[in-house]
Amino acid sequence: MSRIEDTFRRLKAENKKAFIPYIMAGDPNLEKTMEYVLMLSKCGADIIELGVPFSDPLADGPTIQRAAERALKAGVTLKKIIPFVKKLRTHTQIPIVLMTYYNPVFKYGERLFIKDAVDAGIDGVIVPDMPPEEADSLIKLSRESDLSTIFLVAPTSTKERIKKVVPSCSGFVYYVSITGITGSKLSLDETFKVHINTVKKSTDKPVAVGFGVSTPDDAKRISQIADGVIVGSAIVKKFYEHPSGAKKFIHELREAI
Amino acid sequence: MPALQELETAYSKAKKDRLFQKELKHLQETYIGRPTPLYFAKRLTKHLGGAKIYLKREDLAHTGAHKINNALGQALLAKKMGKKRLIAETGAGQHGVATATGAALVGLECEIYMGSEDIQRQSLNVFRMKLLGANVNEVNIGSRTLKDAINEALRDWTTNVRTTHYVMGTVFGPHPFPMMVRDFQSIIGREAKKQILRTEGRLPDYLIACVGGGSNAMGLFYEFLNDDVKMLGVEAGGRGIETGEHAARFAGGSMGVFQGCKSYLLQDNDGNVLGTHSVSAGLDYASIGPEHPYLRDMERVQYTYATDSEALSAFELLSETEGIIPALESAHAVAETVRLAPKLSKNKIIIVNLSGRGDKDVQQVARIKGIEL
Repeated sequence: MSRIEDTFRRLKAENKKAFIPYIMAGDPNLEKTMEYVLMLSKCGADIIELGVPFSDPLADGPTIQRAAERALKAGVTLKKIIPFVKKLRTHTQIPIVLMTYYNPVFKYGERLFIKDAVDAGIDGVIVPDMPPEEADSLIKLSRESDLSTIFLVAPTSTKERIKKVVPSCSGFVYYVSITGITGSKLSLDETFKVHINTVKKSTDKPVAVGFGVSTPDDAKRISQIADGVIVGSAIVKKFYEHPSGAKKFIHELREAI
Repeated sequence: MPALQELETAYSKAKKDRLFQKELKHLQETYIGRPTPLYFAKRLTKHLGGAKIYLKREDLAHTGAHKINNALGQALLAKKMGKKRLIAETGAGQHGVATATGAALVGLECEIYMGSEDIQRQSLNVFRMKLLGANVNEVNIGSRTLKDAINEALRDWTTNVRTTHYVMGTVFGPHPFPMMVRDFQSIIGREAKKQILRTEGRLPDYLIACVGGGSNAMGLFYEFLNDDVKMLGVEAGGRGIETGEHAARFAGGSMGVFQGCKSYLLQDNDGNVLGTHSVSAGLDYASIGPEHPYLRDMERVQYTYATDSEALSAFELLSETEGIIPALESAHAVAETVRLAPKLSKNKIIIVNLSGRGDKDVQQVARIKGIEL
């Protein structure tokens, strides 16, 4: 059983929901990223989503785009992030999921990437610009190596679409709470609840919700319907603008979930 | 994905729908002004002293470039799909103008994304889009050019997918865009073939077109793919391949996956997309439509490049010899013609796709030459 599955099972037994913070690897440098991961883990994060900077982050809003620019400026790339996680593993066993666009993986070589990622102790991968239809080899190679592949389900996903995406997911299903990009404004209406329930009913896999969760209040409301809450832009922004207030914010999020 | 599937279904339906095709044809003739002429460039031919040069005058299409062929087709399709809003990216501004025109024609809202770098060098087209009722959004992130405008348009599309159709301006992006845009542009080649057969009684020996995303080239080439005709695609060589400041994907790039398709890409060893440079905003792009690498690998089309200065010389040469000011993009195709024609005998025939007119570029050319207007 993978570390991700273990985590969700443990949480379920304790009647708790997963808190999944996202940070950009290398923003502003990898030393700081190490510090942030350990701090997040200490503050009660259950899984860390680690962003891989990319020059053209299509699915991301301005906050994460800028974070990626800063990380790239610091020279941080996939080739540095994999050994970084290996080093991180001497300090923490918290599950780590990489969020990376496909081209860096393609350039690295899919097979080699999966091997190196697993060797380094990376638990899963989210590739937002890779639909399951195009991911046969990525899924197959990942399954063979016990790397979770997490795909995105959107509010626009039809029942047929959900049937296609959910079986391709391992670890958990990533439910995108809005039609749009990361860091957009969240609206939790009735349609949203009905739709996410359709997804949950279709699978035993945990469903985590992300995109647009920015306040402890958002997080609280999401945690009432989902198995996990992903907070990205709001945390990235906090670390960048008010690093001294970050710890308090993380605690508030944890409390809310 | 569902949006792309919806589009694919709607497009394949429209392709077979006689009413849709009739309306499109009617507008091509009465609104765009098709067929555009195939013009024998007598003085340029004489000046170069080799093959006979014909220009396919897409610069004479309404709005001044081939872009309208595709934008109008997609605008009609979007209307049919019940969309309320068109969005598009633009580099040189030609596709933005064409989309804004299509939106005005069929009565849809229109939002254009354009890099701030391009807004500066194409201010005339920005004003044209506004006159046509479109909103122009400045994209101030990344390299602030075409690729960033596409990123931003795609972000808008993901956000507003229910009401909005994304009018991709070139043969790029996820399926069905490369196919659909090629189909709408292939009228260029169909006309050119009829016209050259009528004038010369035979097929040309060469076709030459500039390649940014590659839609005008695909539009001209497609009809001739099964014929014994050589084809040349001309990329932007910028300040020279060795300087790294160019947009020649075949000469300086490698296979990558970007903005929803797999093709040649200018990228670094980590898969990050490199900055590009070209004097022409429309060719200033890091990747190329996926059908081009396919045609290149099967050795059907050859790809070459022209530098900024070669394009600028061709820009002036065509203006002086023929009284036609070409778009800087099209000037790259003319530059290749300047190299090729003198090497060929006088009974050979070249068709050059003059994809757009150069009015939009005169201010920039003046600036480069240090002339104050």
